[in-house]
Amino acid sequence: MSLIGLANPSRFLALVERLLPWLAGATVVAFAVGLYQAFFVAPEDYQQGQTVRIMFIHVPAAWLGMFCWTLMSVSALGTLVWRHPLADVALKTAAPLGAAFTFLCLVTGSLWGRPMWGTYWVWDARLTSVLVLFLMYLGLVALWRTIEDPSRAGRAAAILTLVGAVNLPVIKFSVEWWNTLHQPASVFRLGGPTIDPSILVPLLLMAVAFTLLFVTLHAAAMRNEILRRRVRTLRLMRAQAAQGA
Amino acid sequence: MTALGALLIRDLRIAVRVGGGAHIGVLFFLIVVVVVPFAAGPDLALLSRIGPAILWIGALLATLLGLDRLFATDHEDGSLDLILMGRVPLELAVAAKALAHWIASALPLVIAAPLLGLFLNLDPRAFGAVSLTLLAGTPALTFIGLIGAALTIALPRGGLLLPVLVLPLTIPVLIFGVAASQAAAGESGAFGTPFTILLALSLASSVVGPFAAAAALRHGFE
Repeated sequence: MSLIGLANPSRFLALVERLLPWLAGATVVAFAVGLYQAFFVAPEDYQQGQTVRIMFIHVPAAWLGMFCWTLMSVSALGTLVWRHPLADVALKTAAPLGAAFTFLCLVTGSLWGRPMWGTYWVWDARLTSVLVLFLMYLGLVALWRTIEDPSRAGRAAAILTLVGAVNLPVIKFSVEWWNTLHQPASVFRLGGPTIDPSILVPLLLMAVAFTLLFVTLHAAAMRNEILRRRVRTLRLMRAQAAQGA
Repeated sequence: MTALGALLIRDLRIAVRVGGGAHIGVLFFLIVVVVVPFAAGPDLALLSRIGPAILWIGALLATLLGLDRLFATDHEDGSLDLILMGRVPLELAVAAKALAHWIASALPLVIAAPLLGLFLNLDPRAFGAVSLTLLAGTPALTFIGLIGAALTIALPRGGLLLPVLVLPLTIPVLIFGVAASQAAAGESGAFGTPFTILLALSLASSVVGPFAAAAALRHGFE
């Protein structure tokens, strides 16, 4: 089923109804495996001890937060350039999810920073740019709630998403461009990851679990948004009919 | 007189008129700068250390507050529809409006900054630097704000949404502007690096801003 085939909302809804239980089940299994690996199998850090296990939640949340804005940028292009009917639905429903993952990343990072760095917060480049990302997510949600017509709101949000996408490379390379307290990249870097496989594998498993969680929640949210718009249209039609009668 | 030139002069004339908003930005700047010593205490050493930051925050807030005037009056009386339907490319028309807004609202801030620096006991070396960084950075603030103004143009409850959308995007401008000013005031760091990045941000936003704003205007009126 191609992307353009899914442009039909009814067909998309049917697909989601079929897939959602499997996605939810896969998410639960992935989290069970990932959390077990992260908390019981992975070795503790020689310096940080057990607190390093916060990383298994903090890093995938950060990855998902950035991945979500990337997905939103693609949806924004779909709205503005290709006029895909469901692109703005994808855009609208992804924003709160991305905000939640970014918030989780900031909170877990802050809790990790207190024992490690001695402070809950520091204004270095990585933390500041992720905070800016979080603020932009919130601004996007606010924009959606302020414009009445969903498709007009979708186009405005699409433009804002594309403008905000400039923050993503800044976050990625902030630890290299500036002298930051946050550690430099250890996984996605030229020359391959520098983490030992005994920690890298649980990390990647948790990343898969987080991604499945995002896909499940996103699919369910898109289904809800489509149904919500149908309800809105029906209400408008009923109000019009009552007026004409 | 080209169409763009006429648009520019029209906007400038409207801005300096009584309801135009050219003068109110400087007054707000003055008020913000005056209020800070009341809150932070009259310790001159402290004020001179945070002086560049206060001037930059004041300029940022004054610019943000003036932004909804950019399209609001034209939207209300229908001139925006004429501009949209005209033969001048929308991106250029929007850029001309932004330039007029910068001349009328932000340039007075740049001129007022050294005078207000006296209130904050600004380091003598920083006077010129703060003005120069404001001169280089306020175009970025205006062009980035242009995007927010175009997105929130017809919102009845859009009042506070505009700063919420624009502020995260202007944070880099603020960071580099203050870094350059503080470097000139004697703190550690070079002046040249943040200043050139500031210029780069202004140049980049002068391209991205009008294109994004024009897209927002077009899609908002379909």
